Amino acid sequence: MRQRLQNIDFLGVILWIFRTAIIVAVIWGTIATILDNPYTTENWFDFIVFGIAQGSLYALIAMGYTLVYGILFMINFAHGEFYMSGIFTATIFVAIPMSETGFLNRHPIPALLIMGVVAMATSMGVAVLTERIAYRPLRRAPRLVPLITAIGASFFWQYFFRGLYGSGITAFPTVDVLKGSITLGGLEILKTQVVVIVASIFLLIGLNLFIMRSKTGKAIRAVAEDKDIAALMGIDVDRVVVITFATGAALAGAAGLLYALLFRQIHFYMGFIPGIKAFTAAVLGGIGSVPGAALGGLLLGMFESVGPSLFLEGLGIPSSYQLKDVIAFTMLVLILIFKPQGILGEPLTEEKA
Amino acid sequence: MKRTFLALSLLLTAALVLAACAPAEAPYDCTDEIGCVDIPPGDPVRIGYMLVISGPNESLGVDSRRGVEIAIHERPEIHGHPVELVGEDSLCSAEGGQTAATKLVSDPSLVGVIGTNCSSAGEPASRIVSQAGMVLVSPSNTAPSLTNPDDTWNPGYLRSCHNDKVQGAAMAEFVYNELGVRKAATIHDGSPYADQLQEVFANTFVELGGEITAQEAVNVGDTDMRPVLTSISVTGPEFLYYPIFIAEGAFITVQAKEIGGLEDTILSGADGMISPDFIEAAGEAAEGMYISGPDLGFSGPVAERFFELHLELYGEDPISAFHAHAFDAANMILDAVEKVAVLDADGTLHIGRQALRDALYATSGLAGMTGTLTCNEYGDCADPKISVNEIQNGEYIAIWP
Repeated sequence: MRQRLQNIDFLGVILWIFRTAIIVAVIWGTIATILDNPYTTENWFDFIVFGIAQGSLYALIAMGYTLVYGILFMINFAHGEFYMSGIFTATIFVAIPMSETGFLNRHPIPALLIMGVVAMATSMGVAVLTERIAYRPLRRAPRLVPLITAIGASFFWQYFFRGLYGSGITAFPTVDVLKGSITLGGLEILKTQVVVIVASIFLLIGLNLFIMRSKTGKAIRAVAEDKDIAALMGIDVDRVVVITFATGAALAGAAGLLYALLFRQIHFYMGFIPGIKAFTAAVLGGIGSVPGAALGGLLLGMFESVGPSLFLEGLGIPSSYQLKDVIAFTMLVLILIFKPQGILGEPLTEEKA
Repeated sequence: MKRTFLALSLLLTAALVLAACAPAEAPYDCTDEIGCVDIPPGDPVRIGYMLVISGPNESLGVDSRRGVEIAIHERPEIHGHPVELVGEDSLCSAEGGQTAATKLVSDPSLVGVIGTNCSSAGEPASRIVSQAGMVLVSPSNTAPSLTNPDDTWNPGYLRSCHNDKVQGAAMAEFVYNELGVRKAATIHDGSPYADQLQEVFANTFVELGGEITAQEAVNVGDTDMRPVLTSISVTGPEFLYYPIFIAEGAFITVQAKEIGGLEDTILSGADGMISPDFIEAAGEAAEGMYISGPDLGFSGPVAERFFELHLELYGEDPISAFHAHAFDAANMILDAVEKVAVLDADGTLHIGRQALRDALYATSGLAGMTGTLTCNEYGDCADPKISVNEIQNGEYIAIWP
């Protein structure tokens, strides 16, 4: 008993108080909101659907972070720019001309597919180029070096595309077939949100099959396990790294198109905040883990959407939606303190940590 | 012997120096409390600008920069010294204002600065420029706190645009009396401009007898406004006022149309959203929105000449709301410099910094493009005329008063 008491240190106590305080605040807020419930069931359903739609975008972008971290143990902070580059290019060169000629509304499905292909191809091109020029020469450098290079690459691409397409806001054209909402068991869901959620589910299942079933996927997993031994087994590590970057970027490009359908505003800085949020989602779920990043993204989106109404309003906090980022990043801090490996992450070995 | 020689040569030197000075008057003696700017012959009078010239609110800053450029185009010289414009991008944030101001004031030959556009950038900029002894005249900082001495006002800060105490009250009156609305809600983005403007609106609206059902806030950079809009829709407002900026404003406008319970709510914003970029970003959803802002129905010879030059120099009409205020702000500074500058016989121009401040605060009855400008002791100089615009077919059409 005395032994256990001696093991309790000051920091541990503080962290316990911190954790308890947050849990009490969340429960208190939730109970107060539910007792006072100003919202109808439809409202709560709406909050959840908004959260899932936003969360599936985070999940798709988070895949890029988690895949690259899985094999290189580096945080690719330029990933948000891969996402921006694809949809920006597709909007300027495909979506706007197609909308002006009327092709978009006459043949919406082929038009959207072409946009998707252009967005994904551009994102992949940018990613492969960044990997080749900025990251590969630093493969054996200390781990802080590629991290800083990634931040530099992020700025480079932002201002490159700003120079290319301008610094204003470009509106993504409206697709007529996706206007309005459908009724599902008495509840209304926006068509764009249905598209975003369904497409994300397909892409995530596709990614999982690719990693788990295909030969290339096997090679990716082998390189993630141990680069040097994988190389000894005849795997071309550089090629696998390029494929990994390209896969993550393709999903980011697809996420860009889905984002454009949902929010219809494109500008050169649009990759920054989703990039940070997706990184948060990846850490939340367990960086390096594919299902973890998907779960992290969904949870983050849901908490951002439901959290302010559910936890904060009951506590009597005015303008609670201003604090939605606080909820997102508090979750990140809590996870980093109490489960550094993330929700689904495996405990980190000495070498990977 | 040696000593005598030294004494003689010293005497000779002194005589020579005195002889050289003799024809000129005594050197200019700067008696100004916070120092003088001395501009040698041929050197320019340097005026700075710090405006938002990149990012989503670029049009706001480019529009006001053009106003400043036209003012200088019309008055390229002061007492034989050319006027030179130097500038920094102050963005639409406190960090941007801090950086731009720090960079500009590092040039001690700078006389005064025109800026900033956003009140968020104005708060730190006002402090830094004031400490450097310079003057800052803003064409579009409308937040009431900036000219409140108990809040963030600093000596040397003035503005040529209205104070939002006027705009918020005017909008509340329009909404209550003209539209007959009794339940309104507001959204701000945490910036001093939006927060204070919606507060003035809400207070006046309640005084008139209306009810404010919700006062929410979003963050700059947010994209998903559906949750906050759902939360507001529950309170059943007939009218929603979000005096924020272009990107977030457009997200709210588009997404509000998709929220059950807000389909018939009247949407409305303020001068931060007067820009073709807003129309482009919000698309059809912006139709029928009410936007409060400065009255842009300028007339008279000054305005005619301005629009003529604008078309000639930039090939288009003004793109946002504060070109005229920027033009007037630049003229306020140039007038004051003209008034207090002392020209030496050798052509050096001396400008006392405190004298310049005093001259600016003493501005009275200046016939500007936006009206007759008279400054009070805390730098509110505008002749505030507010109008409400309705967006019709992508154009801002003034409908009130």
